[in-house]
Amino acid sequence: MISSQLPLLSLLIWTPILGGVWVLIAGDNKPQTVRYLALFVSLLVFALATLLYLGFDSSRGNMQFVEFGRWIEAFNINYHLGVDGIALPLILLTAFTTILVVLASWEVIERRLSQYMAAFLVLEGLMIGVFSALDAVLFYVFWEAMLIPMFLIIGIWGGPRRVYATIKFFLYTFFGSVFMLVAFLYLYGQTGTFAIQAFHELALPLDVQKLIFIAFLLAFAVKIPMWPVHTWLPDAHVEAPTGGSVILAAIMLKMGGYGFLRFSLPITPDASMALDGLMIALSLIAVVYIGFVALVQQDMKKLIAYSSIAHMGFVTLGFFVIYAIVQNTGSTSGATLALGGAMVQMISHGFISGALFLCVGVLYDRMHSREIGDYGGVANPMPQFAAFMMLFAMANAGLPGTSGFVGEFMVILASFQASFWIAFLAATTLILGAAYTLWMYKRVIFGDIANSSVAALKDISPREKLILILVAVPVLLFGLWPQPLFEIMNPTLEVLLDTVTRSKLGGI
Amino acid sequence: MADYLTTLCLIVVLAPLTGSMLAGLFGSALGRAGAHWVTIIGVAIATLASALVFKAQVFDGAAVLNVNLYEWAALGGISFNIGFLVDSLTATMMLVVTFVSWMIHVYTIGYMHDDPGYQRFFSYISLFTFAMLMLIMANNFLQLFFGWEAVGLVSYLLIGFWFKRESAIFANMKAFLVNRVGDFGFLIGIAAILFYTGSLNYTTVFAVVPSLTGTTINVFGNADWSVLSFICIALFIGAMGKSAQVPLHVWLPDSMEGPTPISALIHAATMVTAGIFMVARMSPLFELSEAALTFILVIGATTALFMGLLGVVQHDIKRVIAYSTLSQLGYMTVALGASAYSAAIFHLVTHAFFKALLFLGAGSVIIALHHEQDMRRMGRLSRFMPFTWLTMLAGTLALVGFPGTSGFFSKDAIIEAVHLSELPGAGYAYFCVLAGVFITSLYSFRLLFLVFHGRDNVDSHAKGHLFESPPVVVLPLLILAVPSLLLGLVAIGPLLFGGYFADAIHVAPAHDVLARLGEDYHGVLGFMLHGLMTPPLWLAVAGFIVAWYCYQLRPELPGRIAAASGGLYRLLLNKYGFDDFNQAVFARGARGLGGLLWRIGDVRLIDGLIVNGSANSVRRFSGLIRHAQSGFLYHYAFAMIVGLVLLLALFVQDWPALLAQYGLMQPR
Repeated sequence: MISSQLPLLSLLIWTPILGGVWVLIAGDNKPQTVRYLALFVSLLVFALATLLYLGFDSSRGNMQFVEFGRWIEAFNINYHLGVDGIALPLILLTAFTTILVVLASWEVIERRLSQYMAAFLVLEGLMIGVFSALDAVLFYVFWEAMLIPMFLIIGIWGGPRRVYATIKFFLYTFFGSVFMLVAFLYLYGQTGTFAIQAFHELALPLDVQKLIFIAFLLAFAVKIPMWPVHTWLPDAHVEAPTGGSVILAAIMLKMGGYGFLRFSLPITPDASMALDGLMIALSLIAVVYIGFVALVQQDMKKLIAYSSIAHMGFVTLGFFVIYAIVQNTGSTSGATLALGGAMVQMISHGFISGALFLCVGVLYDRMHSREIGDYGGVANPMPQFAAFMMLFAMANAGLPGTSGFVGEFMVILASFQASFWIAFLAATTLILGAAYTLWMYKRVIFGDIANSSVAALKDISPREKLILILVAVPVLLFGLWPQPLFEIMNPTLEVLLDTVTRSKLGGI
Repeated sequence: MADYLTTLCLIVVLAPLTGSMLAGLFGSALGRAGAHWVTIIGVAIATLASALVFKAQVFDGAAVLNVNLYEWAALGGISFNIGFLVDSLTATMMLVVTFVSWMIHVYTIGYMHDDPGYQRFFSYISLFTFAMLMLIMANNFLQLFFGWEAVGLVSYLLIGFWFKRESAIFANMKAFLVNRVGDFGFLIGIAAILFYTGSLNYTTVFAVVPSLTGTTINVFGNADWSVLSFICIALFIGAMGKSAQVPLHVWLPDSMEGPTPISALIHAATMVTAGIFMVARMSPLFELSEAALTFILVIGATTALFMGLLGVVQHDIKRVIAYSTLSQLGYMTVALGASAYSAAIFHLVTHAFFKALLFLGAGSVIIALHHEQDMRRMGRLSRFMPFTWLTMLAGTLALVGFPGTSGFFSKDAIIEAVHLSELPGAGYAYFCVLAGVFITSLYSFRLLFLVFHGRDNVDSHAKGHLFESPPVVVLPLLILAVPSLLLGLVAIGPLLFGGYFADAIHVAPAHDVLARLGEDYHGVLGFMLHGLMTPPLWLAVAGFIVAWYCYQLRPELPGRIAAASGGLYRLLLNKYGFDDFNQAVFARGARGLGGLLWRIGDVRLIDGLIVNGSANSVRRFSGLIRHAQSGFLYHYAFAMIVGLVLLLALFVQDWPALLAQYGLMQPR
């Protein structure tokens, strides 16, 4: 196998980072070189990710492609990498989305192009680092470092209120992750290592578990984000340039979900079980409350941002409803369904929200407005665009046949095994999701031409069409046949479920 | 045989899908004629293959085909599949859907002739055909739900086909959202099925459900509900959305904003009957819950009568037929409630033909009058449009149940079945379906008189070019008229009393009203003679007489009656206030709630108080202590001394001993 000889994960992390530096050196005065260089790097990373996928043994649920090197020996901190069935799809998603972002910025970004492209490439490497780190300090470094390029992306290429948005974004997420660091330090004190695997095996009393759980929760709830620590997201999205919004929605939110799976559930299973009511309640609030809030938004990006929060509610619901399911049914079958559904929801949301932000970007590039009220009848001058946006709107509303359906369907089906009312409240998304998405679509796309600027719109260019086709393919593919995803994830989900449902209190 | 059938079934679903994709993605390259050829050929192939499947299932007695095509997803020991279940019920539906769709494809060439969205339209209706076939051919609930939502999507796209019209894009969103309310119940039902049976596969589910008769579910407080009733009612809520039963019927009349061919195909013949089909498919499940059957019976009866009444006051020709569709769907639902599933499917089939015929006839009138739909500006069209007139007459006779026509057999069977039903609510249902016959006849002949006879109200401009529609329009009308008139004669015996659906529909012996009806069945002629002596026929005749008197003989009379009846007339005109209520409570309520949660919850509380609030307190606090940074050395020195003393006091806990050491204090 090629993959066994190459340090693929290191290549995946450092290729985009070094590529970013290379792009930066190429400079702003050669825009065409910068564009092709950035595209080349992102394609190369995707090719590496494909190798990772091909070399991955989907019959096993343990860590693969493990790399280990001493880093700071005094504190037993190591350069320790590896992927399993839940990290791999997220890495693939990251590599894929970056290509879209590079293409989407092609002619749109005129100011400081090389820095813009470099920021995204560096960000890509850091995000892959987050998904493959097996050492808590390494994870933390990637996690925090990621904020810097995103901070710059919003702060430099953002909209008029970008300073407020960046500071809010930075402080909010930084506030959360500090507590995570404290938890890591405590766990280090108990185990003498920062290896995440060692944290998984550490037995802890319930009250300690609860404190650690809450520390993790502050970090991950902000990131994913959960109600009530979600208000940074709409502001960040509104001010971010298109590429920033796409990465933010498609990948960065998933870090929170990934964190729950990698840290909260396996390290503090008893606390997760004890506090699952709180988590389920917050998730359902995200689905219902945020659904209503999304309905009244006048800004397209804000609306999609709120819709993202509601969709992430399904992810956290799927993660934390498992305890009630196991308790109620005495089997892990429904819990696997919930976890798998939540994972698919994360991946699918990456495509769909990314696609919707790209669509808004297409409109914004032409009209320089995100206000729904400034549009109307866009389908008349832009029929092809309208068709693409219809697909993504329907996917956002969870239509079967699109990837947006799979996760919601499975989480709702699984939730019923915990309680009728959880499934009932979660299923309201069927109505609310359709209402806010289609109402926006109606006001923006349908109708007679609203004003002269809409009349002057030009339909999507070949480049824009290529981007939208690229993202439409996985939306439809995983809607019609999600099994390839489960094929990768299933063994890992079994291992994970075994870890998170086994109490750590027995030994104490 | 199984491989042969599987291949045929694949052809049936893939041919329309291919046509749709070609017309949709390469429409401009194919051109207008190219688009209609690929789609029509696709649907024609599907019809032919369906006919072969039908022959194999019904005439050659092939075994039921139950095959999985591919595994959609598998996790946690649950396998989700895509596959086909083909028995006599599916085969019948396949043939009806593909055939009606084919006719409507042909008709569309004429109807949409001048429309700029020609290719798009053909792509949509072929896509619809695919989705509907996936729905009826499913062998599991996942695929059923896929088809269920996919037909909803195409319906949405087609109602809003003329997307420049505000009314059309209001109607399509309304249709989608109301259907989603139904789907909400449907999904909960599916979730319950997975929970209690561990599978979504029809055969597995049907095998397990009888063991659930004693199981209960606790939803509200201490009330324990039978799980089976819960599942059945949840699933039926889905059917209420799709098959437009009160109170989820509100979307169907508005759906008439779509072009007429789709009103015929989707909103009369096929999609709206999906709910009826679903309940019939689930008969092994519904038979286990009398509560659910009673619920269905009452909802269906209410829809049958009260929606029919609304048809009497409508002026828009398509809306009259739309309310008629609602009412007829109510009849089918009543039959389901009375456990006469075969009768419901029988009526579904006959209705598909005669209602498609009526809609297409109305469409023919509408294009002849250049998109005029108001019946007050029609009249005496029989002279100009003889074929349209005659075929619509045939459709009307079938609709009102004229003896010998297909509608007569299917509707009479339903009425007789309800008569024999012993469920609570059967008396009410029997009254509704009987009164409904009079109403049906009244609005149907009212339409016929206003459009084709009576007073000539066509404006002179339109009359200048008033001709019979082109052959592509008239031909489907003529073809559809044949089964509308004759199908009942050949089908009633085998379909209702001949064990035709024996492999697909299961009826508990205690509920089997059709079997009891069959005891008295002695051939078609006997059924017809019996029909002459029962109330429905005379009620239909009475409806005809009233319509003839009011709209042919004394055309000024209806206006006077309307004025005199005041409140009642307004109630009907306002459609019982359902729309106003939904608009005021749900639409405005949801927006109000959203605004409230956003402005109060997000903006004021979370952001205002906590996020920016804490930022502001930090700023205030730092503003305060900034004054300590005065820049004078002696201030700092003083602060250092004070701080040192305080620290000492804090850390040196045993300070009395310390002081004593320096002789500053007497030791204890």
